[in-house]
Amino acid sequence: MSTPFYVSPQQAMADRAEYARKGIARGRSLVVLQYADGIVFVGENPSRALHKFSEIYDRIGFAAAGKYNEYENLRIGGVRYADLRGYTYDRDDVTARGLANVYAQTLGTIFSSNAEKPYEVELVVAEVGATPDGDQIYRLPHDGSIVDEHGSVAVGGNAEQISTYLDQRHRDGMTLAEALKLAVQSLSRDTNGSEREIPAERLEVAVLDRTRPQQRKFKRIVGRQLERLLGEDGAAAAADDEESDGGSGAAGADTDSGSGSGSGSDSGSDSGSGSSAK
Amino acid sequence: MDFLSGHRPDMLPGNRQLPPTQGVIEAPHGTTIVATTYPGGVVLAGDRRATMGNVIAQRDIEKVFPADEYSAVGIAGTAGLAVEMVKLFQLELEHFEKVEGATLSLEGKANRLSTMIRSNLGMAMQGLAVVPLFAGYDVDRAKGRIFSYDVTGGRSEEQGFAATGSGSVFARGAMKKLYRDDLTEEQATTLVVQALYDAADDDSATGGPDVARRIYPIVTVISEEGFRRLTEEESSEIARSILARRLEQPDGPRAALL
Repeated sequence: MSTPFYVSPQQAMADRAEYARKGIARGRSLVVLQYADGIVFVGENPSRALHKFSEIYDRIGFAAAGKYNEYENLRIGGVRYADLRGYTYDRDDVTARGLANVYAQTLGTIFSSNAEKPYEVELVVAEVGATPDGDQIYRLPHDGSIVDEHGSVAVGGNAEQISTYLDQRHRDGMTLAEALKLAVQSLSRDTNGSEREIPAERLEVAVLDRTRPQQRKFKRIVGRQLERLLGEDGAAAAADDEESDGGSGAAGADTDSGSGSGSGSDSGSDSGSGSSAK
Repeated sequence: MDFLSGHRPDMLPGNRQLPPTQGVIEAPHGTTIVATTYPGGVVLAGDRRATMGNVIAQRDIEKVFPADEYSAVGIAGTAGLAVEMVKLFQLELEHFEKVEGATLSLEGKANRLSTMIRSNLGMAMQGLAVVPLFAGYDVDRAKGRIFSYDVTGGRSEEQGFAATGSGSVFARGAMKKLYRDDLTEEQATTLVVQALYDAADDDSATGGPDVARRIYPIVTVISEEGFRRLTEEESSEIARSILARRLEQPDGPRAALL
């Protein structure tokens, strides 16, 4: 029987982190941005069925880059956590911070357990508040740490480059069309600096819209509505925003899966639930 | 229930043991629920009274709930258990939708509810029955549909109109005479309030419109646009116009003899 080589804990962890990072970098990047009426998720996704973004609960959305089976597993776990908590207590008691903590625990345990390979995923958990100040965005890297983000965040392949680009250009109070265009610009820049066109049908876009009358704020933006938002130019954006919001209710109802209005209980303002958790 | 029984079976209402009791347990009971279809969808409405024996337990209870975007449940029977059942039903539908990325079919939802009622059979035998009425807009068939249940979970689809609860006999009688298959949405909402008025007229456990306290029936409409609950003004408008006519004709509109 041969003696195993000694590997220092630092080296072992560095190797695992390297492994996870490489896995994540193979996937396409996605960005999550705050805009005036909520939070928008934008990513390049050739598939119509395998989503990178999804609804977790009324005000909470989920975005993931990396290996599909691994983040899908985490997504379903998150939906279970949120639904169970909302059923046991109240719909207002489900918060992004609580969910991010559960994800951090799960990812952290898997990352440091020698029996398992680390998950090759990077998650974003976002919660839309009653006002922009109440919005929360958490980024969860593969090792189980939590980063509280503001304004914009990018995960996946060349996340670093994209987030630098976004940091310079993102500002508070952007309209949805402006935020969406900025997101697409940032995604269409390649690592070598060249730009390429991402057609609308390859984009996956979802929003957590605080102005939505339903209790469930998550909505996918698809088809004509997406093209219209991408086509708007800066000047017309503000005027058309009203109109696009009005049309979104009917358009969303028959196309998106996450458009249901939840229960009968009337949720009041719960922006306080998300305050100052860092 | 699949979700809860898989993950937290202890949280299922049906899994709780009821201590042995003598006779019937006194608990608030919800009374009358009515529903009617019209060409563009379905209307589901309920009165506002809960009774406990011969006492009015609550005047303004709400017994009609949205189950999801395209369906609603109205509950008659033990109020506490019924509200919990609806909550669980809503959870199941929403959970399925989020995990699968698609909504259940209307039949699927109706069957789901059926199983939930059956799991309550033990309680029902002790006098704590829950008998809901389920109404929804079938997106695939583009029409409103109504499902009624018995205490054992037996499910049957109703054509045109249906009622459940203690005042259902009178409500059904009223709807039988007033229903037509070319009702508009407005007429359908008037029809259900008429039926509830007639139920309240003859059944002591059903509450009529309470003008003094401004308590009016809950009326909900489910159509292609989804679930909508009539505002208090809309509902009071209907109730008041019916009330005005009934001052002249206490028995309501008369149907033709032949």
